[in-house]
Formats: sequence, C-alpha cells, structure tokens
Amino acid sequence: MSDIFDILLSINFWNAALRISTPLIFGVIGALVCERAGVLNLGIEGIFTAGAMAGWMAVWLGAGLWGGVLVAALAGAFFGLIHAILTVPLGLSQHVSGIGVTLFATALSYFTYRTALPDVSSPPRIEAFKAIDVPGLSDLPIVGPILFQQTPMTILALVIVAVTAFVLYRTPLGLAIRAVGDNPSAVESQGLSVYGLRIGAVVVGSSLMALGGAFLTMSAFDAFFFGMVNGRGWICIALTVFASWKPGKALIGALLFGAFDAFQVRLQTEIGTIIPGQIFLMLPYILSIAALVLVARKADYPRALLVPYFRGQR
Amino acid sequence: MIRFEPREPASLKRLILIPTIAAVTALILASIPIAAAGLSVFEAYWLMATGAFGSLFTFTEMLTRATPLILTGLAAALAFRAKLWNIGAEGQLYAGALAAVAVGSGWIDAPTYVLLPIVVFSGALAGGLVMLGPTLLKTRLGVDEVVTTLLLNFIIILFVQMMLEGPMKDPMGMGWPQSEPMLDAAALPKLLPRMRIHAGLIIALISALGIYILLKRTVWGFEIRAVGENANAARHAGVPVTGTFIKVGLLSGALAGLAGVGEVAGLKGYLTADLSPGFGYSGIVVAMLAGLSPIGVIFAALFIASIFVGADSMSRATGVSNYLADLIVAMSLICVLISGIFLRFKVRFIGRKSVEGAGK
Amino acid sequence: MNANPNDAPLVLKLDKITKRFGALTANGDVSLDLRQGEILALLGENGAGKTTLMNILFGHYVADEGTVEVPGTDGSLQQLEPGSPNAALEAGIGMVHQHFTLAENLSALENILLGTEALTSFKSSRAKARQKLESLMERSGLSVDLNARISDLSVGEKQRVEILKALYRDARVLVLDEPTAVLTPQESESLFSTLQKLASEGLGIIFISHKLDEVLSASHRIAVLRGGRKVSDQPTEGCNKRQLAELMVGKTVPESNRDSKEAGAPLFVLQNVSTGQGRDAITNIDLELLSGEILGIAGVSGNGQGTLAKLISGLATPQSGSIVLNGAPLTTASARQMIDAGIARIPEDRHKDGIVGPMTVAENLAIETIRKPENHRFGFLKFGAIAERAREAITSYDIRCQGDKAPARLLSGGNIQKIVLARTLDASPVVVLAAQPSRGLDVGATADVHRRLLEARARGAGVILISEDLDELMRLSDRIAVIHRGVLSEPEKTESVDRGTLGLRMAGQSKEQAA
Repeated sequence: MSDIFDILLSINFWNAALRISTPLIFGVIGALVCERAGVLNLGIEGIFTAGAMAGWMAVWLGAGLWGGVLVAALAGAFFGLIHAILTVPLGLSQHVSGIGVTLFATALSYFTYRTALPDVSSPPRIEAFKAIDVPGLSDLPIVGPILFQQTPMTILALVIVAVTAFVLYRTPLGLAIRAVGDNPSAVESQGLSVYGLRIGAVVVGSSLMALGGAFLTMSAFDAFFFGMVNGRGWICIALTVFASWKPGKALIGALLFGAFDAFQVRLQTEIGTIIPGQIFLMLPYILSIAALVLVARKADYPRALLVPYFRGQR
Repeated sequence: MIRFEPREPASLKRLILIPTIAAVTALILASIPIAAAGLSVFEAYWLMATGAFGSLFTFTEMLTRATPLILTGLAAALAFRAKLWNIGAEGQLYAGALAAVAVGSGWIDAPTYVLLPIVVFSGALAGGLVMLGPTLLKTRLGVDEVVTTLLLNFIIILFVQMMLEGPMKDPMGMGWPQSEPMLDAAALPKLLPRMRIHAGLIIALISALGIYILLKRTVWGFEIRAVGENANAARHAGVPVTGTFIKVGLLSGALAGLAGVGEVAGLKGYLTADLSPGFGYSGIVVAMLAGLSPIGVIFAALFIASIFVGADSMSRATGVSNYLADLIVAMSLICVLISGIFLRFKVRFIGRKSVEGAGK
Repeated sequence: MNANPNDAPLVLKLDKITKRFGALTANGDVSLDLRQGEILALLGENGAGKTTLMNILFGHYVADEGTVEVPGTDGSLQQLEPGSPNAALEAGIGMVHQHFTLAENLSALENILLGTEALTSFKSSRAKARQKLESLMERSGLSVDLNARISDLSVGEKQRVEILKALYRDARVLVLDEPTAVLTPQESESLFSTLQKLASEGLGIIFISHKLDEVLSASHRIAVLRGGRKVSDQPTEGCNKRQLAELMVGKTVPESNRDSKEAGAPLFVLQNVSTGQGRDAITNIDLELLSGEILGIAGVSGNGQGTLAKLISGLATPQSGSIVLNGAPLTTASARQMIDAGIARIPEDRHKDGIVGPMTVAENLAIETIRKPENHRFGFLKFGAIAERAREAITSYDIRCQGDKAPARLLSGGNIQKIVLARTLDASPVVVLAAQPSRGLDVGATADVHRRLLEARARGAGVILISEDLDELMRLSDRIAVIHRGVLSEPEKTESVDRGTLGLRMAGQSKEQAA
C-alpha cells in the first residue's frame, strides 16, 4: 500500500499524468465544441490519426515544429469540414457520417504515409518538442515541475481549455454556440446563421482534435506508427459526456484519466508479472465505459444534438 | 439555392442506381491518390479488375473475402434498421472466432455433424452475448451504444491477445501467439477443390435470405422496422421496444460472430489476433452501400471484396500501398451518403435569378 | 374597440404575395397593410395560409411572387430583401412564433441578447442591456426574471420573453402567431391589454388566430384568409361572429353537440394515483369514469395531464395508487395490456406518438393488433388480411391517401388523426383516452373527431377528453374536471360550470376563489 502512496505523492507521477492526458484534453475540448453546437463528431478517431500523420509529415519535410502543428490543425479542419457539410446542410446521420470520416481520414493518412515512405523498415524519427522551462514558474515548488516542465503542446492544451471556457461563457459567439446546440430556431429567429455556427464549430473542434493527434507524433513520441491512436478518440467522446459538456470538467476528466493511466503503467511494473499486461491495457476502455454508465442517468445532453435543422421547418 | 422536398417511396430502380453511382464515383475519385502515387490510372484499375475477376482462383478468393463482409454487413444493416448503432461488429467477430476455436480445437471430440453445429452455434452465441451488454446498457440506463460498442472492440481484441498468449496458446506454435488448430471435424467444408472458398459463404447467403424474410414478412420484422422508424409511436402502439432492441442486438451480434466462425473454421483453421483486417468496420460500409437491404448486402459485399482483393493484387504488382482499398471503401461510404440525398429527397436547384428577381 | 388609427403612416405592406408548394398554393395574391399603432387580426383556419404568409414576411420562406415593403430611413416604403430573417429583424419586424424559439439552457437575458452583439466581439455588455430591458418591462408591463433559465419559466413567461426579444430590438411591427393557444383565458386577457398598451405607443401589431371572440374584442381591423386567399379585410367595428365564421370556413359546418343521456355505472377508476416529483407530475388523483359519458379534463399544458395520459396509455406506472377497469387491476399494465383491456388511446402528439411515418397506411392501421391472430400465422404476416382491413378503414373513416401502401408521413394532419381513430376506435373499446384530439386540425377534421368520440359515448364507452380548448370541452363533456399543478379537481356537471370560472381554476384558483 505504501508503494501506491509513494506513486501518488511523487511529482514525477503527476508530471506524467498531465503529459498522458494532453491528447485527451485536445480531443475532449474538440468534441465538446462540436457537440455544444449540436453535432456529434465520430470522425474524431480518424482526425486524431490524420493530425498525427500530417503534423509529423510536415515536420519531417522540414516545416518546423510549429509549422507541423499548423498543418495538423488544417488537416483536422479539412476532415471537420467534410463532416460538417454532410451533417449540417445535408442533414445526414451524424453517426454514419462520423464513422465514414474516421474510415476516410485513417485510410488517407495510412495511404499517404505508405506512399511517401514505401521502403522504410523502421519509422523515421523527427526532432520532437522538448519539455521547456518557463522562467520563474518552473521553479515553483510542486506546481512548477508538474505544470511548467512540460512540452509547449501541453501548455497550449491548457491555454485552449481556458480560451474555450472564456469564449463559451463570456462572449456573444459562445452564447450563440450554446444556443444553437439547444434550439437552432432560437438562433435563426435572432438573425444568426444556424449552418454557419454549426459548420464553424465542427471545423474548429476538429482542428483541436487533430492537435491531440499531433501531440502523439510530435511531443509524446517522435515518429508515426500505424494504429497509434488506438481508440483515444472514442475515449474522448465518452469523456465529453462524463464532463457534461463543460470545459473545466473536461480538463478534470482528462486529467483523472491521465493520472489513472500513469498509475496503471507504474502498477504494471510492480505487479505486472502476476497479471497479464492486456488487463492493464484494457483498463482505459473499461474505465471509459464505466464513466459513461456513471453519468448516463443524469447526463444533460445538448437538446439539439444529433438533430439536423432545415430552414423554415419547425 | 437548393431545396429538398421529400420524395415518394423510392423505386427499385433508384435503390440500385444510387449505390452504383456512389461506387463509380468513389472509383473515379480514387484515381487522384493513384495518380499521386505515380501510377497510370488505367493500368491500376486493370490490375485491380483482373486481380478480382481474372481467373477462377481470383474470383473464388474474392468470394472468400466477401463471406465475412456479407455477415458483418448484415449485422450492421439489421441493427441500423432498428436504429441500434452497433459499431462493434469487429469485436463480435473476434468473440465468435474465439468461441469457435475454444469449442472446436479439442475441447469436445465429436463427429462433424455434431461438432460443426456446436461450433457455429457457440460462435454466434458469443457474438450475440457481446452485443447484449451495450444493448442492455442502452435500454436500461440510456448509455449511448455507439461509444460502448466501439470501446468493446478494443477490449475484446486485447482479451483475445491475452487468451492467445495465455491459456489458449498453441504449445506447438513455436512461440507465436496463436491458438491450437481446430479439429478437422470442426472445419467448414471447402466448396471447390484446391480453392480456399468454404461453406461459410453458404451460411452468409442463407443468413441474408433469412434476415430479408425476417424484416419483410414477420411480426418481429414489422416491430423492428417500427422501432427503427419511430420508437415513440411504436411504444405507444404496444410494440415491446426494449424486447425488440434486445432481439436485434443478439441477432446482430450473432451475425458478426458467424463471420468470425467462418474465418477460423472455414479459412485459417486457427485464431490469431490479426484475424480480421477490419471486417467489422467495412461491414458498416457494406450495409450503407446496400441501403440497409439484406439482399443488397450481398452485392455490396461483393463490390467491397473485389476492391480489397483487386487492390491487394495491384499492390503486389506495382508496389502501390494496398491502403488504397481502404481509401476507396471509405470514399464509397461518403459517396453513398451524399447520393442517398437524391433517394430521400427531390433536390431542386432554384435559380438565384428567381430570388434576385424578387429582390431589389 | 375604437380609435382606429386610419391616418397613421404605414409600417408594413405586403403586396400580392403568392407562394406555392408543389401543387398547393399556400398563398395566392395576398395583399395586406398595417399602420402604426394598429392591431390587425389575421383570421383563418388551420391551413388557410396564415403561418406561411408570416414566414414569408419574416424571411423563412421566399415568395414566388409579390413583395414585402417597409418604411426606409426616409419614411418611404422600400422593398425588404426576401428570404433573409436578418433583413426582417433590421427592418424592425419582430415575430413571436407559436412554438417558442428560445434556447432552454440559457437565461431569459441571454436569449434576448442572442444575436444582438457582433459575434467577433470579445465582450458582452450585459449591464446596459439589463437597464434597457428593465425600462422596457416597466413601460409595457411585461415582467420576467431576466436571470431565470428558460426551462424554469412558465408558458406565459416564455411568451413575455419572446415579446421582449422583439421590443429590445426596437421592433416597429410585432407579429404573434396563435398567441393564446397555450394561455388561460386570464393570461390571454392580460396579453391583449399589454398589446393595447404597446399599440398606443405606436407599435403595429398583427396577431394570428382562429378564435372569433378574441379577434373581435382585441383588434382594430380583421383580415380573413381562406384557402390561401384573402377573402375579407375590414374594420372590426361592424363585424360579427356569424359573418366571420362563414368567411373563415366558407360553408357552415354542422357542430356536433352531445345529446343528453343518462351515464351508466362506474367503469374505469383511478384511485389516489401519484407519480414522483418534477414537472408534469401528478399527486393523489382520484378519477371515476362512468360508461357512456365524456369526462373533460381542462388545464394548461404541463400541469400533469401529459403524465395522466401516459399512465392511462401504459407508458408509465404510478408510484402509488391504483388503476382499475371493470374491477380488473391495470396499475402496472404495459401499453399492450392497456390496448388488450379495451382502452383506446389517442396521443397528444400524433406525428411523434401516433404514426410511424415511413411505414404504410396499412401497417400503421395494423400496428396495435399486429400480434393478434388475425394479422399473422406462426409469426408470418398475413398481408392480404392486413391490406383488406386497411382498405375498409380507409373507406369507412374517409382517410384521404394514395392507397393503403402509401407511407403515412405523406398524409395531412387530419388524415393522420383518422388513422389513429380508425385503429383505436374500430376495436370497440370500453374506454377512450383522447389527448388534445383536435389540436392543429381544421374545422372539418375537428368535427369528424368530435363525431367519433360522441359515437363511442353513445355506444356506452367512457371517454376521457384532455383538452386546452374550453369550447371543445364545454360542447362535448358531460362532466369537467380541472387539473392544475398535478392536482385534479372534483368533476362537475358541464351545465353548472362557466368558462370564466374554468379559466380561473386552470390558473390555479380554488373553486371558492374562482366563484
């Protein structure tokens, strides 16, 4: 037992927890932005893959790390736009369209990677983001090493949570997004464009998802592997429900998840010989289902989620 | 300006035309990545066509590949008809395969006419039970089944890996994580000598016919359609909505489980953790291409299978990545979604002029 | 009503508007104008084209022919850009739709502010908005708690938020679509006195209605639409009910009235039935339905009648209490068991709960009895028998459709209701639950529904009629009870109650207070 406390009390552990939760933070905030506007985006898994591949590929081709981040965001926006067009003006099933976008984005990423690098036996590496010291802040006791000895992308993720919360709750744009996910005719009757708001939210949300993927290849690792996203997108969709569509709770949910994941990795090194490794690998998925079950009864879904809107039809 | 107007029920002609247009459009769009890979578009398509239809062998290979796709396609089509979003056919397929191997690799020793039905039934049952979980979570607690079925795919594949590295590992497998081979008595018979095509295809075709009859001609099918089209009205009219979801969930999972049975008992003979190259996910595309029609699923599965087999063959000949097949499959899904608009609505393009004419 | 502002400047002019949907002409050559400070009533039946016309005015639809004109900055009439709600808002046209266009997850203030500030702005100046709204509320007498979440407001309060939305944008024209459909008579009166006040301050008001009394008492001028065309436009002074009714309907429709007859023995009994807390919950309801009577239940939506209907439909079970039909317990019965026990249920929302749109007319007619032996053999459907019974129902209930194989969603609201009536009443039920059975139907279809309910009564069935329409209740019911906040009053003979008292009691006053 004392071992477990040692783990939970170590600064290293919490630093790792924040690092592991970074892609989830991007993903949950991205999914939250889409769903707040009334669109479920199951393209997330493929958009993660596309962001991971595109960001990495851009850096590999010499675009620089921040250039890679930008390319990843653009890739996410592109697939988000496809999903948005299919589900918003065309009003197609958000479930099926999302699965379609995931299949498409994944296949296109893999095909592009294979076509660009037909003959490599081991994946080429890039110079990834490194942990940076924020002058002054990194030296703070406890908080410093946890929060400020991270790569810039982790810090970007935290900034994005704050910006999203500010926009959603403090600006006219956020008001409109919250309204369009609840009752689109409220938005239209006040002269705003339902389609514009929804398409915009899905495109922006999808770029954020892609950044989650980019973190994997440009910060957590330094190369692209097939299957590396491994269900993280779906976990984000579950976490969004768990977070009741609130940015603050989304951050906490992702952090809890990251902490749990960091914990199980450490636990695995201690007792991994007794229990098969797959049990530990299953835990994140089981935990996601458990989180969904936990909040299922009281989940306050955006009322217009999954419901297409056609003008003049109320 | 575009305006959508609801259409009268679609004619059979349009039901066939729409997916055909979508498939052709996807193939045309695929010429962009083919050209980007530096290959002549015509050569690539020729290689793909001969790779799927060039000889009796390639043709039977295509049918072999279509077999699991028909079954996972049916699993998706049936579930989607009831608006039960089963995206977990991949996991259910593995569950079916695992059960088939568990029962069929020596645990029970019996003649074929006893053992084979047990193997087939266990696989179907395992797939059905896997889908029962998300279905009950949906009906009892209101948990969205899309996410739970998706997540279950990962859990089940990890479970299969665990079994293959642990209790079910083949001691003669030279250390590879694979199951013991299935008994000859548990194998599905081959349909043609020296070809890999097996009786799983017959099971798939019978299943398609069965699901067609179920949906079209029976009380249960009537209730499934009613629940799918308007669960509120169905409930009000006394249709047992929860019971219908459970029936559909069990049956849908069972169909995907059968796909797994076919792969191990008909094709591979043993189980590995890379048994399926995404048959579960491709099944969704098959179902959508088929417009959720059980008979249509057969043809859609043949199309998708020929893309996969053709692309594999083209890839071997030219070195172009066979992920091209996944790309074409994904694009056909998106194309069929878009062209589905023309099935459900009359799309009228209203000239900007009439709007401007009324303007300033 | 007097003080017709005949010489005030025009604030709105609709000129020869025509709008077609396929073969249907929703509006044919309709012209209409409105002066400052004038209250214009737009009278017509369901389907007469009122709502379409207002949707064109507000830019939801584009007219095929004709123009909408509003005064520009110099005061002369200018054409309004068609198909743009934004242009309509900017021209000072405010609209209160029949189904409120409010985001339930936002506060009243947020709903009013929505769209009034630039989306690119990083700041939202709520203090100033609050100030303006407070003075608006004071002047107009419309008061709401600006901080309240919309989901916590009553229907009347939501309507006030809708009106404030328009006033906050400095509307010069206010359009209200069936504003009293969901209000008690008293709430309606207070709405109309607010509208008088607003008009006297110069607002031009159009209100859409099909109720003759309120049109006569609250407007300066009345325009009547019938079949998409304007058939009359004249000052309210000099109009009378009979003349307006004939203009509106075009022919005289026989009103169904119940004949007096003795009710039978107790048939269907709810004893001390309660559901949990929350909106629309009911507490300790006692109800005794006699055979051969129509028991009316009056009340404003959301006061528990929805839950009551669910209980009787077998879609919910009570937390306590019992439901008994002819001595047989039905407290925990499912929908199917209710049907099998002989309870016919006509749902409130016929599109959502009544029919499965994409399935055929025949299938929708058979759905309640699909497991009965007449419809299947060993689980296989008897198509011939199903189709034949469907054709019989189509004839005897006069369901207008393209045959029994047409998808039900293509039918009009009245014909959809006939499907529901046919499949529920054909089985000769002993109890009929009719929830808002004529809502949204035209006069002809309404008369049809009433006739069927009276037939069931004459046959000896007990009918529970839940309605918001007092006229309907008074005409059909033998006894009337009032439901308010989940509590059902003791039913009284219809002859001994009057409209005013009923209205007050729907608003929550006790019998003694109301009398």
